[in-house]
Amino acid sequence: MPFMPVKFNLQKRVKLAQGLWMIYWLSVIVGILIFSLGIFFKIELRKRSEMMDNNESHLVPNLLILVGLLACGVNAFGGKVCHDSLDPIKFAKWKPMLKTYLLLCCGFNGLLLLTGLLCFLMQFAVYLTLAEGLKNSIKFYKDTDTPGRCFMKRTLDMTQIEFRCCGNNNYRDWFEVQWISNRYLDMSNDAVKDRVLSNVEGKYLMDSVPFSCCNPGSPRPCIQHHLTNNTAHYDYDHRIEELNIWTRGCREALFSYFSSMMSSIGVLIFATIILECSVQLSAQYLTTALETMEDPENPECESEGWLLEKGVKETLTDCLTKLKTLGKGNQVEEGGDAQEAT
Amino acid sequence: MVLLKMKFTLQRRVRLAQGLWLLSWLAVMCGTFVFCLGLYLKAELLRRAEVMDNTEIHVVPNILMMVGLASIGTNWVASRVCQDSLDASRFPRWKAFLLAWFVVATLLCFLLLAVVVLSYALQGSLEESLKVGLRNGIRFYKDTDVPGRCFQKETIDHLQMEFRCCGNNNFRDWFEVQWVSNRYLDFTSKDVKDRIRSNVDGRYLLDGVPFSCCNPASPRPCLQNRLTDNSAHHSYDFQSEELNLYSRGCRQALIDYYMGLMNSTGPGVLSVILIQMSVVLSLRYLQTSVEGAMAQEDPAGDSEGYILEKGLKETFEDLKANILILLKFGQVNPNAAQESPEAGDPEKASDNTTEKATSTTSAS
Repeated sequence: MPFMPVKFNLQKRVKLAQGLWMIYWLSVIVGILIFSLGIFFKIELRKRSEMMDNNESHLVPNLLILVGLLACGVNAFGGKVCHDSLDPIKFAKWKPMLKTYLLLCCGFNGLLLLTGLLCFLMQFAVYLTLAEGLKNSIKFYKDTDTPGRCFMKRTLDMTQIEFRCCGNNNYRDWFEVQWISNRYLDMSNDAVKDRVLSNVEGKYLMDSVPFSCCNPGSPRPCIQHHLTNNTAHYDYDHRIEELNIWTRGCREALFSYFSSMMSSIGVLIFATIILECSVQLSAQYLTTALETMEDPENPECESEGWLLEKGVKETLTDCLTKLKTLGKGNQVEEGGDAQEAT
Repeated sequence: MVLLKMKFTLQRRVRLAQGLWLLSWLAVMCGTFVFCLGLYLKAELLRRAEVMDNTEIHVVPNILMMVGLASIGTNWVASRVCQDSLDASRFPRWKAFLLAWFVVATLLCFLLLAVVVLSYALQGSLEESLKVGLRNGIRFYKDTDVPGRCFQKETIDHLQMEFRCCGNNNFRDWFEVQWVSNRYLDFTSKDVKDRIRSNVDGRYLLDGVPFSCCNPASPRPCLQNRLTDNSAHHSYDFQSEELNLYSRGCRQALIDYYMGLMNSTGPGVLSVILIQMSVVLSLRYLQTSVEGAMAQEDPAGDSEGYILEKGLKETFEDLKANILILLKFGQVNPNAAQESPEAGDPEKASDNTTEKATSTTSAS
């Protein structure tokens, strides 16, 4: 007894083929969209790779690019088959491939599901990479004369300006690091010598932040130096002052940016899975309807379409026995005896 | 003597109509492109409207938007005319509109040319407007508590960071203005009192710049204060230091940006003019050849198409005479005076009247 059979006359078959053709081409466009989103995501990761210590994982954008291309190919092929489906001569050449094509589509859906899940799960990896990368960036801010790190200062400044953030967790990260290079420090000055001697590692630490932490929306010209010293500035209390510099940390800012991007891509992937499933169910109906025409010469005849030839349980047991016989292919005697016994 | 005459068989007429239909839809796309261009330019100008003093430069995007809309309508009419041109029953109703259509289409081409010229000519006006606007912006930088000016600081800071510029002409403009509000100055401090007394207006002037002038590409953490004092900073020479702050003035930066925008749209606008002109010429050929074919006994036969029925000079003379007749319609005597020299040469008069009749019918 077939699973979910539906009767089809010529009119219904034609309508199904036309509708399915349009949805296939819509799916091709969605595939192109996924491909371009994958490229966009890859470019964004590359742009911020210095903030992540060049250590970030490109698994998700690469998968997206692959899935986008596959979606285009699979759906374009499906559209072509649909286009030919109402012409028996043309359809005859596609007939033998259809079963494998539908199985391939199921596999593709599995891949889509995996990509969607990864879009949400890889966000943790991005968070950890950002934490580590930003800590190193702040450490290497002053090394504008070290090859390989000369642009760290500019990158970090531009990131802080663009994402409106300061430091890793907050602006106090700058207090723990020497961010002025020794080249620009007058080591003969007493104040400088005091600061350098005040800590074990001999670093020139200050309670100041770089200019890129400044908030342009503050009504007051930016206060960068002596941030914790209320007497150093007129009418200033560092505990209530909120608008002077950015209070958000760059890790949080960058992570929210990437996570919103990955979440929206993930939602799109899940919507694509639903679209692909509906397309494949309709394709199964169309192929079975075309195959069960009693009189192939007469296009007007009625036919029946279904999802599975037998019921769900019987199809599953059939699949299992097929797998078992495949496994026992080499063992002639036992296989022969077991099959004859059943 | 006809200008640029061409023979048209039925096949050629059909091809011309089809080709012109496609071309006129392409011209509709171009009209949309011109409109969107005008819209984008206007949006960009409005974004920085706070640092501009007058809106003279807005005439460029306004004309672009108007011309874009008008050309969408005009070319859509052309495509309808094409569709009807091969049907003898539907074509005559367009006859009355075609002269007006040609005038409007040529006017659109001239307006587009004018836009290209204006975008260069108005550069001086844009510069003046930016000079005054930026000067005011820098002056009111500190007035974050004055209603109407509270966002001046934020605007100027964002502008300097985005366009990588400092001040009006250069960073020294900040030395001449008090950009720190009195609310944040400690008037009991000796340094503050000295600075205020040092100039006639009682302003707190410093040789320092806001943080938004800082150049992130500098290898050294930004030096904002005491810029002219070499001894205030270690290993610092004010005369040779180039990377510390942005060296470009914001006026120059904004002019470069807007001129670049308008220059890059130049080739696009010129190609739109070319497409529009080719639509006009093709429609003229189609009109004359179809009318010629309909006037013959065999509408499916060959006919001639041309741009102007007579040469340029003669058409111009005819046009002038027609306009004079229209203007002198109320005055009887000068009309009689005009007719008598024509009556003196009867052959020429009959030729002239028949030519006038054919020119008016071909014009309508």
